[in-house]
Amino acid sequence: MSEFLQQLLNGLSLGAIYALIALGYTMVYGVLRFINFAHSDVFMVGAFIGYYIGQKVPQNTIGGGLVVLLGAMLGCALLGMLIERLCYRPLRGAATLNVLITAIGVSLLLEYSGQVFFGATPRTFPSVFPSTNFAFGDLVISSNQVVVIVVTALLMVGLQLIVYRTKIGTAMRAVSLNPKAAQLVGVNNDVVISFTFGLGSALAGAGGILYALNYPSIDPLMGVMPGLKAFVAAVLGGIGNIPGAALGGLLLGTVETFVNGSQWSTYKDAIAFAILIIILLFRPAGLLGKVSVEKV
Amino acid sequence: MKTPALFLTLLATATAAFAADPIKLGEYASLTGKEAGFGQTSHHGIILALEEINATGGVLGRPLELAYEDNQTKSGESATAVKKLLSRDKVVALIGEVSSGRSLEAAPIAQAAHIPMVAPAATNPKVTQTGNYIFRVCFIDPFQGTVMAKFAKEDLKAKKVAILSSVSNAYSLGLAKFFKETFVPAGGEVVTEKNFSEGDKDFRAQLTAVKAAGVDAVFVPGYYTESALIVRQARDLGLTMPFFGGDGWEDEQLLKIGGEALNGCYYSTHFSAENTDPVVAGFATKYKARWNGEVPGAFSALGYDAVYVIADAIKRAGTTDGPKLRDALAATKNFPGVSGVTTIDKDRNASKAATIIALHDGKAKFFKTVAP
Repeated sequence: MSEFLQQLLNGLSLGAIYALIALGYTMVYGVLRFINFAHSDVFMVGAFIGYYIGQKVPQNTIGGGLVVLLGAMLGCALLGMLIERLCYRPLRGAATLNVLITAIGVSLLLEYSGQVFFGATPRTFPSVFPSTNFAFGDLVISSNQVVVIVVTALLMVGLQLIVYRTKIGTAMRAVSLNPKAAQLVGVNNDVVISFTFGLGSALAGAGGILYALNYPSIDPLMGVMPGLKAFVAAVLGGIGNIPGAALGGLLLGTVETFVNGSQWSTYKDAIAFAILIIILLFRPAGLLGKVSVEKV
Repeated sequence: MKTPALFLTLLATATAAFAADPIKLGEYASLTGKEAGFGQTSHHGIILALEEINATGGVLGRPLELAYEDNQTKSGESATAVKKLLSRDKVVALIGEVSSGRSLEAAPIAQAAHIPMVAPAATNPKVTQTGNYIFRVCFIDPFQGTVMAKFAKEDLKAKKVAILSSVSNAYSLGLAKFFKETFVPAGGEVVTEKNFSEGDKDFRAQLTAVKAAGVDAVFVPGYYTESALIVRQARDLGLTMPFFGGDGWEDEQLLKIGGEALNGCYYSTHFSAENTDPVVAGFATKYKARWNGEVPGAFSALGYDAVYVIADAIKRAGTTDGPKLRDALAATKNFPGVSGVTTIDKDRNASKAATIIALHDGKAKFFKTVAP
């Protein structure tokens, strides 16, 4: 029983990281209807910004940790807006496929220029937050895992509030619904889209730091696998849907953990993705997604 | 950016000293990427050996020249790298790789081209089984597995052991198998076996299962990046038993990532710079002087020895012609090196002593040597 609960805990903390990255995918998709494949690489840049700031701040303090976290979020937000301005805005109005291919291009650009600037050798992420392990009988959870779960929950609620309770959130939803109509009623589409990218990339930055705290070996290709899993999580939950991304992430993390702990650990990705296929066969729009009819 | 410049100076000194045509050796290695530690240390050993040989007049009156390619630790890249070295650079012999998986990719190409390949540290038996042009200058995993099984039984006094191996890695699966083949008949019990994949970062699920199984020690025949994270997460989950591994743990990154968590862990390898043997001490001094104080690791020593073994074979063959060089390599007997004496057996393997390293207080300490 305690093994089951421990695995559940492991799964939730892994899933929380997937959920955090998935939020960024889903938000950009919600507004622009395209998958920003560079998201997982902004996540990697976030971890590296944290690595460099982390050398300058006092280790193992909450203050130092917060400086690193906010620094990475700010840096990534700027990077996200820059990417949008330089790569996606010129393609506004072009076919979705063109933008998608550009996104893949940006992703590769970040990965491989990362290898030039940071080097391809993995680096050890400094322990910027104080960390301890809490034990409840046989159950063990590290403070880093708790931080991941709490930060993900807070960011998700915050995001939900921004999208549904603020003026800019209303503008985001308006652009998502009909960009031309939004412009007609006085919404500045460029500002809204830029803000969306900034917000999504800040989430990726936070994700990068939290991931690096839990798995302190970072390299320029570290975003590839978690990015793929988070993308799957977003689709699983219903892409464009914020609670859906969180649900998808938690589900994927938990399934993966349980398979890993069983005698079928060899097939962990196969089983996790088979479950995804089965769910999508029965619910093509994802768990919480709504089926919408494309108007032709 | 340091290495190409170095290559040029190497070339410049070589051409200045010799008028004769250089003999080209080819090296493919993981100079960047996840296992860059393997490639960089062996590369440094190779260059040091090459410079020493050239300083004393080269081989057959000709200088040695190195052409090298980086496979970025990616599967699939080694084959391309070796094809390039063979067709563009026309190398007479190949050196590579530290990893068995990547050596296995390149071996069939070297075999088909009838160019001898010497693997410095690929320990999986399959590597040299590819064909009669493939050699190695290190021990093989059946020996390493036996050494670690005996070590677990006798030194760690472990009765129940768990194994965590990497499912996408020939070295890891092979070593796990050879470990079991000695440990189980000797009365030990492998209670649970769990797998992970290369590049995984989260091992808590497997470790929770290991914790529930209740074992005395855990064998992790993986590479250093994953192994360090495994031990760290194990300590977080409250697993206090010793973890031990093979030569894949050999890199300074292991201690950088693993830190305190690695206290009381062990691994087997080919060489220890702490060895007081005058040959080893002399090599360590030269190596540190050449590479800004870097302490030589097992792969530095094996890369260094690989060059000397090839140079010796070229001397004895009197030519760089593939088949003749192959025969000379196969006849290598009692060749003294820094990683021990190299004798190539009929399966083109070397048999050498294994060194066991103990990890304590963030340092790797010599524990003992096990003769073959």
